[in-house]
Amino acid sequence: MIYTKDISKSYSGTQVLKIDELEIPKGQSFGLVGNNGAGKTTYFSLLLDLINPSTGTITNNSVVVSQSEDWKPFTSAFIDETFLIGYLTPEEYFYFIGDLRGQNKADVDKLTAKFEDFFNGEIIGKKKYLRDLSKGNQKKAGIVAALIGNPEVIILDEPFANLDPTTQIRLKQILKDLAEKQGVTVLVSSHDLMHVTDVCERIVVLEKGEVVKDLETNPTTLKELEAHFAKSAVSVSQEEE
Amino acid sequence: MIKHFLNLEWKQYFRSSYWQKNLALNILLVFFALYMIGIFVFLGIFLFKILSKMFPEQDPFIVANSFIFFWILGEIGMRFFLQKLPVMSVKPLLTLPIKRSTIVNFVLGKSALSFFNFFPLFLTIPFGISLLNNGYSASVVLTWLATMFLISLIANFLNFILEAFSAERELSFLPLIILVGGLYGLNYFEIISFQDIVSSGILAITENPIYLLIPFVVLVALYTFNYSILRKKLFLDASLKTKVKEVNASDLSWTKRFGDIAPFMQLDLKLIWRNKRTKSMAFLMVIGLLYGLFFYPQPMYREMEFMWAFIGIFSTGFFLINFGQFIPAWDSGYYKMLMSQNIKYEQYLRSKFILMVMSVVIMFVLGIPYAFFGWKILIAHAAAAVYNIGVNSHVILWGGSYNRKKIELDKKAAFNYQGTGAVQWLIGIPLMALPMALFGLLNWLINFEIAIATLVIMGVIGILLHKKLMAFITQKYLDSKYKMIAAFGKDS
Repeated sequence: MIYTKDISKSYSGTQVLKIDELEIPKGQSFGLVGNNGAGKTTYFSLLLDLINPSTGTITNNSVVVSQSEDWKPFTSAFIDETFLIGYLTPEEYFYFIGDLRGQNKADVDKLTAKFEDFFNGEIIGKKKYLRDLSKGNQKKAGIVAALIGNPEVIILDEPFANLDPTTQIRLKQILKDLAEKQGVTVLVSSHDLMHVTDVCERIVVLEKGEVVKDLETNPTTLKELEAHFAKSAVSVSQEEE
Repeated sequence: MIKHFLNLEWKQYFRSSYWQKNLALNILLVFFALYMIGIFVFLGIFLFKILSKMFPEQDPFIVANSFIFFWILGEIGMRFFLQKLPVMSVKPLLTLPIKRSTIVNFVLGKSALSFFNFFPLFLTIPFGISLLNNGYSASVVLTWLATMFLISLIANFLNFILEAFSAERELSFLPLIILVGGLYGLNYFEIISFQDIVSSGILAITENPIYLLIPFVVLVALYTFNYSILRKKLFLDASLKTKVKEVNASDLSWTKRFGDIAPFMQLDLKLIWRNKRTKSMAFLMVIGLLYGLFFYPQPMYREMEFMWAFIGIFSTGFFLINFGQFIPAWDSGYYKMLMSQNIKYEQYLRSKFILMVMSVVIMFVLGIPYAFFGWKILIAHAAAAVYNIGVNSHVILWGGSYNRKKIELDKKAAFNYQGTGAVQWLIGIPLMALPMALFGLLNWLINFEIAIATLVIMGVIGILLHKKLMAFITQKYLDSKYKMIAAFGKDS
């Protein structure tokens, strides 16, 4: 589904991302982990053609994203709160996204009705603007908006951050269902190793912009990841000494 | 502490990406300021002579003082639109060991150093020198200068109270109009002659400098009032609490007839109506519409035909210029999202275009009563409207592709009042000056009909080429897509 070849991104000489080859098959739930500055958001931004790659290409369903816009109808994303339109209510925002994705109001209502539990009664029908919602509720609205219009690829940057524990558990279930039952390719990044291993079939570790681990999730994956990040913590403290 | 604040201010100014990219505009502003200073100095030097020519019977000093009331009104009006209370991002400072009173005093103190307060000195000091040359005593002149400076400072702090008041109640410029209009009206209809009160007050002060205490006390009172307003706002919840309001959703289904651009039109209309900054712009359209009334009632201007084109462009294009110059920055807050959505750039831009065209048509229709001042004026306005639709709308959309400045629609900083500055008014000049010059020149060289026809023809050419121009503009936007995303992601 998504094929990355020789992609790299540098800012005035400093390389922040370099991936030689990465293939994500259709229907896979894909997790990206790494410390701050590892290049997770940069990769997602390249995937959404929000920044220009220095070299290489990303192909989404055989569309080169930096050359054609044909990937947009089947791809959706929620990267951060700047994806929200602050002066709309959540409903209006959903309808707006629905309009752009060829869904009428009834379609959107049907979809959001499925997320009543997830919203916990704090989003729909509250007559509040998105800018007045709490960070967590903004995130919920943004994530659900990314599910409108039956996208085949969904990209979520740090979806678990700022959410309360109940919502985190519900979100994990939603993401799993998407990949397993509906064949949606889900790309998620997170700092929380446990959540990623729960949700994703495959986990890629980025470090200083490069892929250092590519794991199929199994019962030992969490241990392995924890060991990896603990090791880099140790090696850093040794370097400092 | 003050040293730290100054340091922060300095860095904020010179490290903002806006400053570095808008050097040209800054230079233009400096020239504009120099020009104004030049006029002021010139006026200051020759005011005494002018007044003694115009009113040979009277003492020029007393005549000058009788105009100070209007000077004050004008100053308050100018400040309201051009001067902002200095912005300081206080949120990061609140948890640090800094007294709240220090922050407030700093912000207020800084405003006292504003350029606007020293501007009048360019007029008053040369005038004071010419007074000395004409035999007025030094003590009178010095006291007079001090009084004028105090008046400037009073206007300074009065303006912030007005701005705070209008921002809080979302009244836009209503408080200003009530205050200035009310005082002017009371004076004009001779109910209370403020003109005499101010003039005799100033004369009394110059005769007896001890009365300087009175304006000084007024100044201190205004400062204290400002202090208490700001001090109350220095809590995070103070600005949050008033923000949460019930949504009043209006039915915008009529936009559906515009087909595929309907979602964007609805979004733009909500954008305008639901954000403070855009809302006050919408209110300002009333001024744009009534602009002609400043000129046409006076026969002197009614005869000046080139003014018709200017007023026509200004009043029918007021929304176009004010809204258009910030395309696509209005959407800067969620630009990344728009760019990752399944939208056609051309639809997005066409929605803005149609909105601007609609505004021109509406403003023209509302301005039809100008025919009262002569049918030729109406024709000139119609030609200007066509020019606005065909030429200015495209030019301003094209200019938007060079827009790199983020607009924060929902900025909650306690000290952010208006978000409109002098820059905004300057940008509109070429859009208005060019057709005005063209019209004026042709009207002078050939005749009225040819001048009108030229504007109309240019507009019609623009309308005919609309598809091609839009394709060109769309390409410009596509070319600068990454740059815009990067710029809109940064905080000024």
